[in-house]
Amino acid sequence: MPDLVLRLSGITKRFGPLVANDGVDLDLHRGEVLALLGENGAGKTTLMNILFGHYVANSGEVSVAGEDGTLRPLPPGSPHAALAAGIGMVHQHFTLAENLTGLENIMLGTEPVLRLSRRTGAARKKVGAVMRESGLAVDLDVQVSRLTVGERQRVEILKALYRDARILVLDEPTAVLTPAEADGLFATIRALAAGGLAVIFISHKLGEVLAVSNRIAVLRGGRKVGEMATAGADRRGIAEMMVGRDVPASRRTPRERGRPLFELDRVSVGGGHRRGLEDASLAIAEGEIVGIAGVSGNGQAALAALAAGLARPASGAMRLFGAEVRGHDPRSFSRAGVARIPEDRHHDGVVGAMTVAENVALEEIREPRFQRGGFLRFGAIRARAEQAIRDYDVRCQGPEAPARLLSGGNIQKLILARVLDREPRLVLANQPTRGLDIGAQTEVHRRLLAARERGAGVLLISEDLDELMMLSDRISVIYAGRLSEALPAEGLDRGTLGLMMAGHAEEKAA
Amino acid sequence: MIVIEPRPSPSKALTIAAPVFAGIAALALAAIPIALAGANPIDAYGYMVTGAFGSLFAFSETLTRTTPLILTGLAAAVAFRARLWNIGGEGQLYAGALAAVAVGTGAIDAPPWLMIPLVLLAGAIAGALFFLGPALLKLRFGADEVVTTLLLNFVMLLFVQMMLEGPLKDPMSLGWPQSAPITDAAALPTLIPRMRVHSGLIVGLVAVAAVWVMMRRTVWGMEIRAVGENAPAARYAGIPVTATVVRVALLSGALAGLAGVGEVAGLKGYLTNDLSPGFGYAGIVVAMLAGLSPLGVVAAALFIAAVFVGADSMSRGLGVASYIADLVVALSLLCVLVGGFFTRFRLRFAGRPAQAGS
Repeated sequence: MPDLVLRLSGITKRFGPLVANDGVDLDLHRGEVLALLGENGAGKTTLMNILFGHYVANSGEVSVAGEDGTLRPLPPGSPHAALAAGIGMVHQHFTLAENLTGLENIMLGTEPVLRLSRRTGAARKKVGAVMRESGLAVDLDVQVSRLTVGERQRVEILKALYRDARILVLDEPTAVLTPAEADGLFATIRALAAGGLAVIFISHKLGEVLAVSNRIAVLRGGRKVGEMATAGADRRGIAEMMVGRDVPASRRTPRERGRPLFELDRVSVGGGHRRGLEDASLAIAEGEIVGIAGVSGNGQAALAALAAGLARPASGAMRLFGAEVRGHDPRSFSRAGVARIPEDRHHDGVVGAMTVAENVALEEIREPRFQRGGFLRFGAIRARAEQAIRDYDVRCQGPEAPARLLSGGNIQKLILARVLDREPRLVLANQPTRGLDIGAQTEVHRRLLAARERGAGVLLISEDLDELMMLSDRISVIYAGRLSEALPAEGLDRGTLGLMMAGHAEEKAA
Repeated sequence: MIVIEPRPSPSKALTIAAPVFAGIAALALAAIPIALAGANPIDAYGYMVTGAFGSLFAFSETLTRTTPLILTGLAAAVAFRARLWNIGGEGQLYAGALAAVAVGTGAIDAPPWLMIPLVLLAGAIAGALFFLGPALLKLRFGADEVVTTLLLNFVMLLFVQMMLEGPLKDPMSLGWPQSAPITDAAALPTLIPRMRVHSGLIVGLVAVAAVWVMMRRTVWGMEIRAVGENAPAARYAGIPVTATVVRVALLSGALAGLAGVGEVAGLKGYLTNDLSPGFGYAGIVVAMLAGLSPLGVVAAALFIAAVFVGADSMSRGLGVASYIADLVVALSLLCVLVGGFFTRFRLRFAGRPAQAGS
């Protein structure tokens, strides 16, 4: 074994009654990529926050090898000490100042506060050297706000390397990347590891873990439930280790398409500061799932806003259930039978300060069953919430618990309960499984397939190609505000879709 | 080392205790300038308590002060719940007073059972409309309502002055800029003979009860809370955000307008341009001390009113400037803001980390 650079021993962290980490041991060696795999809430991020000094463990110890290779305990609760010991972390949500350039972001925090001039020359030289060694290239003099997501991630990694990180922690790094960008990242990680860096790669996606890591540690419910070399590990075995049970594979059954439910005919719409749609045509019929593949920021938000009733077409025709749409507002869409699952479930899905019960009833609060003469019918609201919690397995302390205490997966289940329980005819699912663990993902898939089975049409917008291929009857690719023709999923392969997502549709057609 | 940690879920007791401690802390801090002014703080606060609660007259005076503060405090609390930052309570109060004077000084002659509701309604409408403008500007153009409502306070005060020098000037006032008196039919009756406390207090308490029921038990209340806590999610769920904000603005402005009616038609009898010693601004402190709860507004308004009334008595007894009251009010706002922080976060002294397994 190569030299040990990091050892976590017996890490336990409790938040009140919740045990987020339970006696976790973990070793990391020089030049290896260790994948930390687990469902959401398995304790991966908590563990890394302890490593980085954001949290103090209730018990256990973090030791890091010094220059001479001997392990020394790291003072707990000190991000400063973690940085000094050579631990670099790239968070899931980037921590870059958008109005500064890449170089300024990289230097940020490394300079003394009380100095008037900045020594950019030396820093530029050092970053340049790091870029050459690692193969990470990015224009350092462009404001971060104008960089793509992939470029921003490179800036984050450069920031860590600039500070002489010997241990690099990447938290869900591919969540925001295109497949091609992710492949680029994997190549970078392998190159960095070959250069002696020790990498911890946090993920809940099996495919990429198998692609990039040397060793896999699986966390479940705060405990380490397994550790194995990547070579020879099998997908299904690891998945079962993660969730602790068989993972039922979602399968579509063939079904007749019915009448059209949602039609866009050469619709254009502006997207505000995000990309809009241009000349887009789409039809979703009863009993089919139409998937929209694409890298985020290509007009998905505008398409979702149309289907959610939040936007109206600037030009072109939009028909819902066979009729021209008159009232473009969320309430009439919801009442007409459109179930809407928002992309950002925390921001647009729930009101965190309100209770689970209030959130479940929020869309229908004006319906007679929940109010009489403007006064709320608490009994009916509570009963509805209890049923939702039961039927959709929403894990919470009860209908009166504030929604913000729920995990991401349970918030999504709450939203599913809110929108799907009314037998909607059309379902808009915008990134419905992003950030969810496998268990919750499977549940979302099952519910969408059940809606299709019942005869509803589903508009599934996703960045997860596996999900799209598995669920969709037809797939359309969105690129630069334009929708391709929706093609049967059976005839499509990932390569073609990937090319189309990158804007190479014309070449293929030629 | 001191670590700041969020509390998983702020407890109910703490939410109530925090403003109480904020009030106590403000009084304790104000003891320093009182001592510097050469008075014994304990004596000073003794005078304050007696001055505010020591006799039926004193208590009546305190309640008289409480009345407008309940209404302006409620106006701020309702608006703040919807994240609509109404700093214009003062202007809306004067708008209400102006309307009360326009209607209640003889323009209409009707019996009290008609006149009183009419005056109240006129004041409420005037206050509501005066806040509608800033609310619509915010909704339509994103104009910051903190700025617009704050500046409109001065516009309204100057407008009142103009009216008092012009059309509304009482010809019998010997040149003083004041309006004609409210007619007997339009005056809000006093509650206790020979005391100043008037039925505006009843209006305030009824408004508190009504707002409390509305926030807790009605669709409107739930929509207001949803819009205030997370407007994008409320919009996504089909709650009419614009209509809700307009509704809140009208309600908040109307409440502040009612405060003006009470001062004119219940207390002073005529309008001057020093009708309110900043009740609109003090209402913001009341709302914050109350934690935006309608019931809390009553307690907070009583506290602030007692400080003001008591400080006058303290000033007479000990020769300490009664500006100390303003100081206490300002300090209690600062203390409640700090207190609000401690209800959401806690400090942990992490000199040694919790027993490590080493």
